[in-house]
Amino acid sequence: MNPALCLFAILLVPFASAGLALIHQGLGRSRSAAHAMLGTLCALSVSAIVFVLFGSSWAGFTGAATHTFTAGGAHWDWLGAAPFFARGAGFDGTDAAGLERALPLCLEMFAAGLVATVPLSAGADRWRLAPICLSSALLAGIAYPLFTHWVWGGGWLAQLGANFGIAGFTDAGGAGAIQVVGGLAALSVAWIAGPRRGKFADDGMAAAIPGHNIVMVLFGCILALVGWTGLDSAASILFYGAGPQQVAGVAINAMLSAAGGCLAALAVTRSRYHKPDASLSANGWIAGLVAGSASCAMVSPVAAIFIGVIAGVLTTYTIEVFELHLRVDDPGGAVSVHALSGIWGLIALGIYGNFPGGTRAGHVLAQWVGICALIGFMLPLIHAGNLLLNRLSRFRVDDDGHRHGMDVRELGAGAYPEFVIHSDEFVPR
Amino acid sequence: MKPVACLLLLSGFFIVLAALALLQSLGQIAAFVGAGFGVEAFGVALLVQAYRPAAKEQR
Repeated sequence: MNPALCLFAILLVPFASAGLALIHQGLGRSRSAAHAMLGTLCALSVSAIVFVLFGSSWAGFTGAATHTFTAGGAHWDWLGAAPFFARGAGFDGTDAAGLERALPLCLEMFAAGLVATVPLSAGADRWRLAPICLSSALLAGIAYPLFTHWVWGGGWLAQLGANFGIAGFTDAGGAGAIQVVGGLAALSVAWIAGPRRGKFADDGMAAAIPGHNIVMVLFGCILALVGWTGLDSAASILFYGAGPQQVAGVAINAMLSAAGGCLAALAVTRSRYHKPDASLSANGWIAGLVAGSASCAMVSPVAAIFIGVIAGVLTTYTIEVFELHLRVDDPGGAVSVHALSGIWGLIALGIYGNFPGGTRAGHVLAQWVGICALIGFMLPLIHAGNLLLNRLSRFRVDDDGHRHGMDVRELGAGAYPEFVIHSDEFVPR
Repeated sequence: MKPVACLLLLSGFFIVLAALALLQSLGQIAAFVGAGFGVEAFGVALLVQAYRPAAKEQR
């Protein structure tokens, strides 16, 4: 492992959260823009504290103590048992092996923030700050560490090959551990918070509520590319032993997946609406990054483009299905972009991945087992947790908040105080 | 309906785990993983249905 390269890649990861933050606030209403950005900061703050103090213990790392049980003649490693409060992380430099613990901790802390940032998109314009903090703690303290341990900490999903003879579940850049977990949390938040006031009429028709700053959204996409490149590279180095040459391939594949997703969404919207849709193209870009992150170091550039294209097309159609048919009000399309594209990325890795050993059928099956764990265990866990938190602190803002916007209701001032509508006498002649 | 849907999701997951623990053949495991995924998909569909009426209210 090249520690300097790995650390450099890790330090790029916060750009992914910054990009998502800009996308969230741009796709929301102007009267909730400051709230969206502050919500992101709150999610990052809470998730970092909770993950380093508690979550890192359960996430564990390869070689650390774990909780296991035996069933069917196999050892099931289901939870990490590393010391709480990041003790023994090797920050003082006295332990030669400390670097191998400190670097994953650093990456996973930033990734926990990314997980907590994703649901903000689904709860835009109505999700209050206090429950944002509580839900971030749930994600960073329980849900994300649990799945991270299963995949990256030597848990039962990573050991499927050793224990059950199929192949180990693979997630090179966190499409499952980060994106799908965050996307499922977004679905839960959208269900609990309900639709924005005026989104759906009595007859079921959905009203279009366009984002207020598409320039910020598109800039957020470019920022997210930097963060995703770092995330994919660092995870590939730390958990799958990628060398510098493969890291270059990771960066190329990340860009190609994003490009494929963006151009596919652009082409679909151009053919359906006669003009390309900027916000859906931005969603296609992020969907490409998400889908490509599962297989970043393990597929050819052509496969990376194909994975991105399918993700872009899938996102464009499923956003519409969620909004018009399932009546889920997800302003940023987080469920489609993160959950569904992440699942597609995991499947695609099984189909197109270049693995050093094991059969193709075994790898595809292992990926499906991981997807079943995400939908069958993580979704009810996150949703039950969010329902409990909703009883503690109501997710949805009151009617005044809907009328005046989240900025005035929760922060006391708008994001754009000088942006007012003038009457005719003030218009320059 | 929501608790039933969550139980279905968990049931699908435990079908997958049971298949891994009890079966040896790749084909058999694949069949049960497919069955578990089907149960989970049914659970998701129930959850979606459970939340749709709430969305019909003018809020």
